[in-house]
Amino acid sequence: MKPDQEYFDRFAAGWNRFVGWIDDRMPMTSFIRSQLHDYYAPKNFNFWYYFGVLALVVFANQIVTGIFLTMSYKPSAAEAFASVEYIMRDVEWGWLLRYMHSTGASAFFVVVYLHMFRGLMYGSYKAPRELLWIFGMLVYVALMAEAFMGYLLPWGQMSYWGAQVIISLFGAIPKIGEPLAIWIRGDFAISDITLNRFFALHVIAMPLILILLVVFHLVALRHNGSNNPDGIEIKKTKGSDGKPLDGIPFHPYYTVKDLVGIIVFAILFSLVVFFAPEMGGYFLEHANFEPANPLVTPEHIAPVWYFTPFYAILRAVPDKLLGVIAMGAAIFLLFLLPWLDRNPVKSMRYRSPLYKVLLIIFGLTFIVLGYLGLKPPTKLYSELALRMSEIYFLFFFISWVYSRARSRKYMLGATVVTLVVISLLDVFRWDPANAALVLQMWLVPAIYLAGFLLLPAFTRLGESKKVPDRVTFE
Amino acid sequence: MKRIIANLVVGLFFAGASLGVNAASSGVHLEEPGNTLVNTASLQRGAKYFVNYCLGCHSLKYVRYQSLIEDLGITEEQLMSNLMFTAEKPTQMMNVAMDDTDAERWFGVTPPDLSLTARSRGTAWIYTYLRSFYLDDSRPFGVNNTVLPNASMPHVLAPLQGYQQAVFEDVVDDEGNHHEQFVRFEAPVGGELEPEEYDDVLRDIVNFLEYVAEPVKLERQAVGMAVLAFLLVFFLFAYFLKREYWKDIH
Repeated sequence: MKPDQEYFDRFAAGWNRFVGWIDDRMPMTSFIRSQLHDYYAPKNFNFWYYFGVLALVVFANQIVTGIFLTMSYKPSAAEAFASVEYIMRDVEWGWLLRYMHSTGASAFFVVVYLHMFRGLMYGSYKAPRELLWIFGMLVYVALMAEAFMGYLLPWGQMSYWGAQVIISLFGAIPKIGEPLAIWIRGDFAISDITLNRFFALHVIAMPLILILLVVFHLVALRHNGSNNPDGIEIKKTKGSDGKPLDGIPFHPYYTVKDLVGIIVFAILFSLVVFFAPEMGGYFLEHANFEPANPLVTPEHIAPVWYFTPFYAILRAVPDKLLGVIAMGAAIFLLFLLPWLDRNPVKSMRYRSPLYKVLLIIFGLTFIVLGYLGLKPPTKLYSELALRMSEIYFLFFFISWVYSRARSRKYMLGATVVTLVVISLLDVFRWDPANAALVLQMWLVPAIYLAGFLLLPAFTRLGESKKVPDRVTFE
Repeated sequence: MKRIIANLVVGLFFAGASLGVNAASSGVHLEEPGNTLVNTASLQRGAKYFVNYCLGCHSLKYVRYQSLIEDLGITEEQLMSNLMFTAEKPTQMMNVAMDDTDAERWFGVTPPDLSLTARSRGTAWIYTYLRSFYLDDSRPFGVNNTVLPNASMPHVLAPLQGYQQAVFEDVVDDEGNHHEQFVRFEAPVGGELEPEEYDDVLRDIVNFLEYVAEPVKLERQAVGMAVLAFLLVFFLFAYFLKREYWKDIH
């Protein structure tokens, strides 16, 4: 026996004794084995399946850079802005930490929005994964709260006025609204007290909640296994060894594959961090390079891009309280998706051509709303935002209608009823000065409804395809 | 019908959607200065102009004098004798000597700190602003500005540029109201410098202000190139590793 081999054997024996010592006290090896080697994932994951692991990577980035930022940041109205500049100029690598954190915030939403859209495309929210979807939605809502509070911390003009606008929304709630807004701020306006509590919530409360929700999300995921682009349960077709025939061990196959995705993401992320950290004013808004000034309102207040689709819906509704309700409903309806869309076919690959178009239009609607939320509300843009909001909400209705085959009579009835409802909304907000524009834009929901409710009644464009037994894989 | 379609098209596809959400708002065309941070000589001249013409009123309170030594390639001796007029030690910040309450009494507002103006308003805004002072008897200092109408600032650079007249024309809008609309400036009178030379001075000042707004910019881009190079190599290894493992999957 060569001496090298001897040393190696002795080391291996020592290592095994150490692992054995731990395994006698907690199930380390069996846990890792069950979660990585013995966890079978569908082999047909595509591009869209990177965004889950990427969300985890960005989350880790936010936690680590965030910890280091708190070491130099000062959560007080008098010092916050200056301490951020101190981080940018005097703290070793402080600029990198700050840009990674600020870019990470936007990247988090990019990744999460794509991750959610993946869920829509392949029906990942459907049974038995409803809870997985619910926990994912809770992560999303918690993430919005986390990002909103974090955005106040640099204490720039947009931090201040953005928070002022958003918190004042609570004031629209009848009776308890105003006291509630004061309770949230801890003051009659955004102030040092608000900054301090937002800091506490941003660095401790929300991250803890997020981690808990992410763990629940992952536990629910592992219980039934991932869905896949075909929407076919791989556990239905098992080999003689009891393993799914279309599944492969998560480790090493998906660990090495995800690594490639993570590096590609890191390249894109670095392009922003190092070459365009402001991202043209969308990731770091220009007005936020001016310190918060309660006496000077910026001429145009827009939230950061990831909130603007909902902000557009809020502004589109002429009444403030109804606007807040609509905005809340826009998020809440996503929670209900597993119970609205009850079509047995999961993946859009096997759903009707019309459903594919429906989904694409929903994605585009979200983007257009996001754009409108960034822009000042001109007459044309306000009207368009309202129509796009209607399309946004109609998506959920059409999804529900498409749950099963409907009769021609049913479809005609649904078209008439929805058109009447939409038109009544226009009657209630009727303004002769805007009449031409309102009537023109009425065509947007009208064409949408006609297309999605009448075409399936008179053509075969609404029919799903037959779902195969096994996943497709080239 | 045409208008309906036009409205829908404009609305839905946002032809000519504006990029960037910069703060420029007065509607004046902003001229790009064409400065570059790699031009160290320009940064040095910009620093000189800034401490001589601007630092009397405008602070750079987030900038440490000391940081100019390395970033502008000057010696501590040069810094202390040529640039450091408002501090005792190089570790101090570039503050102004003027008291805030005095400033407000004299100018109506406290002159803003300029550390981040190149990021909040943009370099084109600063460049155009400094070119756009014109004679206006109705203002306390006898000058007004087309970029920032009714600015409280006197034309500090007048000894260099001279004073110029602005030509306005009367326009009537859709609702029948009359507005003065800026057309052009007449040639400035009484300055030491030719217009091109004056623009060169402004370019240096803007360059310096872009530098102080984000001193780490050049370093950031250099680090970025190294990070990208590393990631590209890492990508190749990871990609071939993945391909090797996935050979067995059919």
